[in-house]
Amino acid sequence: MASAEEVAKEAERRDIRDRWLLSAPALIIIFLAATGPLLIVVIYSFLTPGPYGDVVWKFSTDGWLSVLMQRDIFDDTLAFADAHLSIFWRSVKLSFLTTIFTLLFGFPTAYFIATRPARQRNIWLFLITIPFWTNLLIRTFAIQEVIRNEGIVNTVLIKLGIISQPIQMMFTDFALMVGMTYVYLPLMVLPLYASMEKIDFRLVEAGYDLYANRFQVLRRVIIPLVKPGIIAGSILVFIPALGAYVTPRVLGGTKNMMLGNLIELQFGQGRNWPLGSALSISLMAIVMVALLLYVRSVGRRGGAHG
Amino acid sequence: MPSHAPCADNRVGTGSALKSGHKNGVIVPEQPGKSAIEVRGVRKVFGTGESQVAALDTVSVSIRENEFFTLLGPSGCGKTTLLRLIAGFDFPSAGEILLYGQDIAPLPPFKRPVNTVFQNYALFPHMTVAENIGFGLEMLGKPKAEVKARVAEMLKLVKMEALSNRRTSQISGGQQQRVALARALAPQPKVLLLDEPLSALDFKLRKEMQIELKRLQHETGITFIFVTHDQEEALTMSDRIAVMSSGKILQVGTPWDIYDKPAERFVADFIGETNFLTAAISGMGNGKARATLKSGATIDATVAEGFQPKDNATVVVRPEHAKLTNGKGDLSGTVENIVYFGTDTHIHVRLDSSEAFTVRQQNTRSAGCGFERGDKVGISIGNDAAQVLRD
Repeated sequence: MASAEEVAKEAERRDIRDRWLLSAPALIIIFLAATGPLLIVVIYSFLTPGPYGDVVWKFSTDGWLSVLMQRDIFDDTLAFADAHLSIFWRSVKLSFLTTIFTLLFGFPTAYFIATRPARQRNIWLFLITIPFWTNLLIRTFAIQEVIRNEGIVNTVLIKLGIISQPIQMMFTDFALMVGMTYVYLPLMVLPLYASMEKIDFRLVEAGYDLYANRFQVLRRVIIPLVKPGIIAGSILVFIPALGAYVTPRVLGGTKNMMLGNLIELQFGQGRNWPLGSALSISLMAIVMVALLLYVRSVGRRGGAHG
Repeated sequence: MPSHAPCADNRVGTGSALKSGHKNGVIVPEQPGKSAIEVRGVRKVFGTGESQVAALDTVSVSIRENEFFTLLGPSGCGKTTLLRLIAGFDFPSAGEILLYGQDIAPLPPFKRPVNTVFQNYALFPHMTVAENIGFGLEMLGKPKAEVKARVAEMLKLVKMEALSNRRTSQISGGQQQRVALARALAPQPKVLLLDEPLSALDFKLRKEMQIELKRLQHETGITFIFVTHDQEEALTMSDRIAVMSSGKILQVGTPWDIYDKPAERFVADFIGETNFLTAAISGMGNGKARATLKSGATIDATVAEGFQPKDNATVVVRPEHAKLTNGKGDLSGTVENIVYFGTDTHIHVRLDSSEAFTVRQQNTRSAGCGFERGDKVGISIGNDAAQVLRD
């Protein structure tokens, strides 16, 4: 007969084993899909580019040096080059603007949905998510169809006699912003809606009751209450926008490159995988620092709430 | 006028008792007073077409200055709808709402000198206690120093000075209640609306807050409109009560009027316990009549306003206004059940006319109630104990 102590020990052992077994799928995914590939990227950034892409297993810091410098092709000296830095800056700027625009359009949209009767809200949310069903590339080409020189907007304006020459919109930052705002809008609306849905609208009534007009209620009551949604939405938009690839490629053209395109270039035509890897890790670092700063500043102002 | 002296002691507070026309049990004529709020023929319809529901069905009522006025009724009777119309969160489908003579029905809530204490308090969770209280004044554009002084004054009034920098999530329900009151009183509204503000508190705290509310109303001199479904709360706190049912106001009066002289069956039934008897009415005059009960006995009764003579009128007698006797009374029957309540005993009697009748008898320490189940008993109804309903 096993003693009570042994039975308890056996149960504990089984308990520990079960925990490992149950978390195994998650652990495997985390390693195979997140940690592993990331490790490969880090390793590749310290290797030498191969002549036809790929890497040669020889240690080199050139990949990292090339992020901010350029090796002179004649005397092999390193000199500071801002080409990559300016693309970094451009990407941060455009992603920031995308976040602002999605917030500007997404906030009223989410508020509208959140104030509908409960039964109607699902229909509106469903409509918001419909674009997700179509391939991103197709959607981007559809935007191109709207704003290109022979597109809907220009054709209509010319037919109406408002303009005589088509307005050049394609391959401009304007086109890029239209595309990015359109693509990332649902990512802003959904977390905003989730926050707004939880608002006790009696707080809004309390605001009106205490002599706050519509603008004051928005600024002093609603916005502070949906701050968690604004934070979540901004993060969800800013991060993928920073690495956006399809939209700048299709709507921005080759002159208006963003980080995603620069990285793709290194793995493609550039045949410089170590530089591409170094750029990718730099992008990650920017995102992490930006996130940290953002959360810190919001946390300080927000205090205990949110 | 109530025909007997009501006992002012069972009411919370004394100051406002004077306003409703009673002083130390002596009846003084009720002063009409100035109207703070005048509701005239207000209708509120929700929904459209087939699914239309009239939440308020042509309601008119006048609420006096400095009055503690209660809208009492079961849920769905329209009392909260009426309050929201006065606050401005909804707009009437018809009729007008006058605030000191000015029609405020079309004004948005932020343009009405009326503040609300919400049922769940609706305190701003992202602000401190002091910020909550100062919000209204700040929105009115008062200078910072004035806001600060007024907030300090309010904190003192509701005894919350020590917690002024707490967040509203860090204070108890009773404290939240006080903050909600202070926040609504801070801008010195002409009328304060209270939407079942005590319903979330436990029994003991509720009793405390009832006293607190009366004190605040007395100290600030602001007209309070209080919504509740709790008849006891309404009786103990109000100067006047409007009893509502299905979107209509059935009766408006002092707690004594409502309790002792209910106009309709719903009012009598909703407030306290009542015995309903069928009777024939004769000799009407001067608000009084003779009621001949089924037992053949004839008793004096007061008559509800608007009573139309008819064959079978309903007479109500409160259980504590009837007396059980061993001999012959106005009614006779058999004791069916005896329920002990500590302060008193309820004796349920089945009358010979097969109607049910309950008598409430004060308890004493030494003896039991003096009756047993199955006893044949008589019931005598006091000289001033019966009221004839209009419906």
